[in-house]
Order: sequence, then C-alpha cells, then structure tokens
Amino acid sequence: MTADAVKKVIIEALSRIAPEIDPASIRPEIELRQQLDLDSIDFLNLILALHERLGIEIPESDYSKFSTLDSAISYLTARSS
Amino acid sequence: MPSLGADMEAGTLVQWLKRPGDALKRGDIIAVVDTQKGAIEIEVFEDGVLEKVVIQPGEKVPVGTVLALIRDSEIAAAPAPAVARAPAVSPAVVPVPTVVPGPAATPFPAAGRLRASPAARKRAEGLGVDLARVTGTGPEGAITSADVERAAKSVTATLREAGAPPARAGMRTAIAAAMSRAKREIPHYYLATSIDMFAAQRWLRAENEKRPVADRLLMIAPLLKAVATALRELPELNGHWIDGAFHPGAGVHIGCAIALRGGGLVAPAVHDADRKDVSTLMREVSDLVARARAGSLRSSELTDATITITNLGDQGVDAGFGIIYPPQVALVGFGRVQERPWVVAGTIEVRPVMTVTLSADHRASDGHRGGIFLSAIDRLLQKPEEL
Repeated sequence: MTADAVKKVIIEALSRIAPEIDPASIRPEIELRQQLDLDSIDFLNLILALHERLGIEIPESDYSKFSTLDSAISYLTARSS
Repeated sequence: MPSLGADMEAGTLVQWLKRPGDALKRGDIIAVVDTQKGAIEIEVFEDGVLEKVVIQPGEKVPVGTVLALIRDSEIAAAPAPAVARAPAVSPAVVPVPTVVPGPAATPFPAAGRLRASPAARKRAEGLGVDLARVTGTGPEGAITSADVERAAKSVTATLREAGAPPARAGMRTAIAAAMSRAKREIPHYYLATSIDMFAAQRWLRAENEKRPVADRLLMIAPLLKAVATALRELPELNGHWIDGAFHPGAGVHIGCAIALRGGGLVAPAVHDADRKDVSTLMREVSDLVARARAGSLRSSELTDATITITNLGDQGVDAGFGIIYPPQVALVGFGRVQERPWVVAGTIEVRPVMTVTLSADHRASDGHRGGIFLSAIDRLLQKPEEL
C-alpha cells in the first residue's frame, strides 16, 4: 500500500471516531491525541479500526508509533504488503 | 417526552420508528428525539401495542408531554379514539396538558432521523443553523461541524437581516442547571484514597499481550468492575435520592462521564456493570464513547445511571472531586496513574499510584461507609485477575 492510501485510511478512521474534525486541518507532525483531543478510548478505537481495515497486527508495545499522523503512516506503510 | 436527565427541559420529536397498531416489546426503540445531547433513541418500558401517535415529527415539547398512547396488549383495541385515554392506556404515560408546537415545525428530510455529532449540534446552535436544512457529509450522512459552518454562511445574512438573537449554548445551559441544582440541594462530602496500581497494571499488560486488538483492555475496564463490585457491599451509594428518601438502584448502572470535544459532556450508563466481565465492560464503554461522539445514545442509557464515574487521568489530573449528578447520590473520580515513592513491606519502592475520590450525598450515606467503599475498590484492584 502506498503512503497516500494508508493516509486516506487513517483519516477515514479518525473521521468516524471524531466526526467533528476537519481532516484538512490535521498537522501531520503534531501529536495526534493532543491535536484532536482524543482520549484513551478514542485512541484504542483508532487502533482497532486500522487493524480491521488493513489487517495489520498492532501490538500494544507499538502504540507509540501512532503518536503523529506521519509516524502512523510510516509504521503502517512499512507493515502493509 | 421522557426526561433524559435532570438537565433536560424539552425535546423535539424527530421520527416515529413504529406505527399505530404495531406490537411493542420492552426495550424496542419507538422514536428518535432530538435533544441537546444529540439524537436519542427512545425505548419502550413495557410490552403493548402502539395505539395512537400524539406528537408529530418536528414538534418540540416539554418533558412530560404525552408523545403516544400505548395500549396494554392484554386489552382489546379501543373501539373509538375517545376511549384511548381510559384505563387501557399505560399508566407509565403521564399526560401534561400544555403542548408547545415547534417553531414553524420544519419538516425533516424524508430520509428519516437526523444524524449529527454533538459538536455539530453545538456549532449549529451557536451559529443559529437549523440542522434539518443541513446536508450531512459524515459517516452515514451524519452532519459534521464543517457541514454546519458551510450552511451557516448562507443563513447568517438572513438571520442578521431578521435581527434574530444568537442561539443560546443549549448544552452549557443544561449542565449549568443540573450542576447548580446539585450544589444547591446535595450536601456533598468528599473522600480520597491513593491506590497502588502495580498489580492492576501488571495484569493489564499481561492480558493485552495475549489479546487480539479487538479485545484489548484499558484500565477503565477493571476500574469499572471494581466500582461495580464494591457497590454491592455499599448499596447506599448506588441509587437515587427522590422526594426526601433514598431509592436503591434496581441494578448497578454506572454512568460514564464522557467529555465531548469542543465542550460539554454526557454520562450514559453501562447497565448491570456488576454482572458483566471485564472484557464485556471494555467493549460496552468503547461503544458508548463512540456513540456519544456520533450523537446516537439510547434513552435508557441517559436515564438509568445509579452512580457516575469520571476519569480525568488522561488529562494528567491527580485527583478530581466531582459534582453529583442529581438525583444520584455518588460520583467516583479517577486521577492519573503516576509513579510515586511508596512503602511496600517496610521499604520504599517506586510504584504506580492512582488517587480515587468519592463525592457522596450525605443524606444517603456517611463518610465512614464512603471510606469502606474506597477501601473495597483498593482491595479489589489488588487482585485484578479475580474481577
């Protein structure tokens, strides 16, 4: 999967979890949870949505890779076939 | 129009999901009502047959107004509409004579229920936008804040010409009313205890290593279960104070305070939390959060809570002493888990410690019993595998 395709999946998942966000306003290098005011349950729902959509196993020890949009894209792109 | 919380004064009927003549079972969703907390699905409390619809979609009516008449299924259909108000009608429906028609009753889209996130609703109120006229672009056609803002651009000019006052921030007003009532009427007492979370954290980590993503847990799940289990020992903290007397809860229904982005909060209930395992509680709480954000909670979730929990730990808060949501009699607050020096068997160790607080109604319980409740939570969290 290309980075662009992965990004699209992430944005789509975020729009479901936080319907009020404007995808265009997300700054890719800033902490997602702070930026979008996601709590721990929102974050877990995000990981679950990405796992279901992309079929990638995401161990808890890798949650830190999802701190920003950029880091999440590179993590998922590297692990998607 | 059911009261979906102490802070609700009126609601707008959005859509009927059942028709006259339809058989109804307890728990069926009969209608959708629009409130400051989003579109709420209204459930039926008893079995019967929908006799007659009284309020039409688009009408805004005060709490207590009869929306429809439900006939007991045992009783034969009333021969004439005039008999519909006879004893055959369910006594659960309290008639209120005053019916305030909605302003010009804008017809809702034929598509049916209005889906909009609470944030979009708030934005719409702030901007004076009628949600029924907004086209949603969110999931399942839900209206998002961006949709509202787009719609506002065309509406604003018209409103200014008409000299319309800015719409009040409805949810803020509702929270203000409920919290003022709580502080006016409820003699709160407050307790706090620090709990060593070492065992709970270790258990959680080990569980999550074994579990697939969909079944992973957050600390809130064992916390919920510990509160629910402790309440069995302290039933005077679980229930409602109504008309000068304590009424114990019919079950342990734990309201979870969920902050909505952009302000405001809702506290829908996880039903019978004491009888569910930790995995089920986790799933239900995740689902509640997702639906609270999307604005699709059910009436029973908003009315049944017998106690509320609030978790401000995510925000780095050490301890939060909440205001009780009337007519409940207690609120449990969780702070963040923080590494602190802690004495274990005579030596100082670094341990993850969390402060748990209790705000309770002194009319219903005393500090001594409240203290026993917090100790019980501590004791239960030391053996998370038994929860």
